Amino acid sequence: MYKPVLSRQSARLLSSKGAAGASTTHFGSKIVPTEQKSKLVGHVFSSVASKYDVMNDVMSLGIHRLWKDHFIAKLDPGMRPNSTEPMNFIDVAGGSGDIAFGILDYAKAKFGDTQSTMDVVDINPDMLREGEKRAMDQGRYYNDPRVRYMVQNGEELDKIESNSKDVYTVSFGIRNFTNIPRGLEAAHRVLKPGGIFYCLEFSKIQNPLMDVAYQQWAKALPVFGSIIANDYDSYQYLVESIERFPEQEKFKSMIQDAGFQSVGYESLSFGICAIHWGVKV
Amino acid sequence: MFKPISMRPVATQGLSSVKLHRVQPNRSILLTAALTATVGELLVGKTARMADAMDRGELHNKNVDYETEREENIQHRINNLKNTRPSTPNYEGHIPLYTTEKLLLFAVSGLRSFFHPENGLNIVQLGEATAWPLFLDSMKRTMLSDPTGRRILREKPNVTTQQLEMDHLAEFPKDSFGYQFYKWCKRENVSPDTRAPVSYVDDPLHAYIFKRYRQCHDFYHALVDMPIVIEGEITVKALEAANMGVPMATLGAILAPFRLKPIQQKRLYDIYLPWAVRTGLTCKPLINVYWEEMLTKNVDELRKELGITLPPDLRTMRAERKERIHELNQKYKQMKMESKDL
Repeated sequence: MYKPVLSRQSARLLSSKGAAGASTTHFGSKIVPTEQKSKLVGHVFSSVASKYDVMNDVMSLGIHRLWKDHFIAKLDPGMRPNSTEPMNFIDVAGGSGDIAFGILDYAKAKFGDTQSTMDVVDINPDMLREGEKRAMDQGRYYNDPRVRYMVQNGEELDKIESNSKDVYTVSFGIRNFTNIPRGLEAAHRVLKPGGIFYCLEFSKIQNPLMDVAYQQWAKALPVFGSIIANDYDSYQYLVESIERFPEQEKFKSMIQDAGFQSVGYESLSFGICAIHWGVKV
Repeated sequence: MFKPISMRPVATQGLSSVKLHRVQPNRSILLTAALTATVGELLVGKTARMADAMDRGELHNKNVDYETEREENIQHRINNLKNTRPSTPNYEGHIPLYTTEKLLLFAVSGLRSFFHPENGLNIVQLGEATAWPLFLDSMKRTMLSDPTGRRILREKPNVTTQQLEMDHLAEFPKDSFGYQFYKWCKRENVSPDTRAPVSYVDDPLHAYIFKRYRQCHDFYHALVDMPIVIEGEITVKALEAANMGVPMATLGAILAPFRLKPIQQKRLYDIYLPWAVRTGLTCKPLINVYWEEMLTKNVDELRKELGITLPPDLRTMRAERKERIHELNQKYKQMKMESKDL
């Protein structure tokens, strides 16, 4: 009698059926029920929300600012002087606001664009509050009709209409999505035809020496986080989620599967992070 | 049609005399040719290059499951990231540390506590960094040698607001310890939930003992009626140091006064520190008190049983001094105004 054998491929799907029939997924390296993942991720970010910038600085030794500057400069965002329609940007999982405000500042500085709108969207209200607080402290983009702050799940974006955005940016946020293909489909939905999907995320390190150095750093990081910031679990989750995220080519094919064309990527700093882009047609 | 090299004709005068001279063979050409013929194939030949490519994973081999290998690689790296601790956790929230990491914790928290003792996190970490097994073992022995201590270790009570039912304490008789504790909490604006969990102590029972010590700190405050100002904290720390030998309390009681104003130091050195040391050394071990059961007890009785006599009230002393300084300022303001009139 033929007994079907579970192939190794299907046994290792990212979302699998557990013994009780409940759907499970990865949270870092733990297996958790799917419904719980966004809540657990929420806890991680709630606890680090107020020190998010410090944590980013610690994790990347301050280089994340260079990456983000390059990210924005490469995008070259802004309504051109000879154009009549302002651009609509959306920055997903960008609660702290660094990319969102960076884009608006760049557009103003380079093209004199003061009309383009920005939706700052994050699943975690604490992170969003930090972003709005920063806007309030710097006196720009706070109580501004151009900038909207909304609590949204990146996989649904239920308050954002379809075909309404020129540029969708996500910076160091997509690896925390429970279901990345769904997040890419939501991006595809909200973008106008001709709109750009633009993503900055950690990726696979190409250089073996840097890889070894990074692994030692990643092993030491949770303890430093625990001694200095009293938060072992958040840093542990972060290094594990970086490891789980697909590499450059694989993520490129995932973006293509979601329906984007002209998909490409650029590795930064030996592949520590990568910018992926795609165009909706 | 090769003539042997050694027999190459060399042209001299005229064709009639063709001499055959021996010519030295060109060694570098010979060597290169030999090496190329033998070893070259092994180093840069086609099969060698293909083998290198296969090693790097660039040569497609349909017998290898690349997906599996990739997943296994990722899993291996994640395991490396997970297995960074010297041992598995012994209890919920335990973060085992290597010795170097413990020293780093001690150094960092020590420096931070010295410059910012008002930040609770620093004190908490310093407490755990100095909670050496020697001290915790002696605490355990103290608890085990007393029936109430043994009961505490068996039942492992946890001090939280619900457990204590803080609101009910307001209705207790005025001279009960529970009511005094409630009044003290309200006056100092603290609640019993403000105690952080223990993470760096390795043994679970030691971790519970340290957690109990941390949670009972507020009870000690209320028992001797010390406010949470820095002088009051130093006094209670000195009491804990003398009574239970807590290393961090000893450190705090010795070093912290250096950062105080002279009048505060005088009060401490003259009145409160001697009182704390005397009381701590003579009273019963406070770690053995089952505070949750003492809430209904008369507070004076409790103090007598434990062997504690109250020191002069710190709040009153500070208030009195403030009042005297205020009067002095008023007097001089008056005098200045009068001298202007002259």
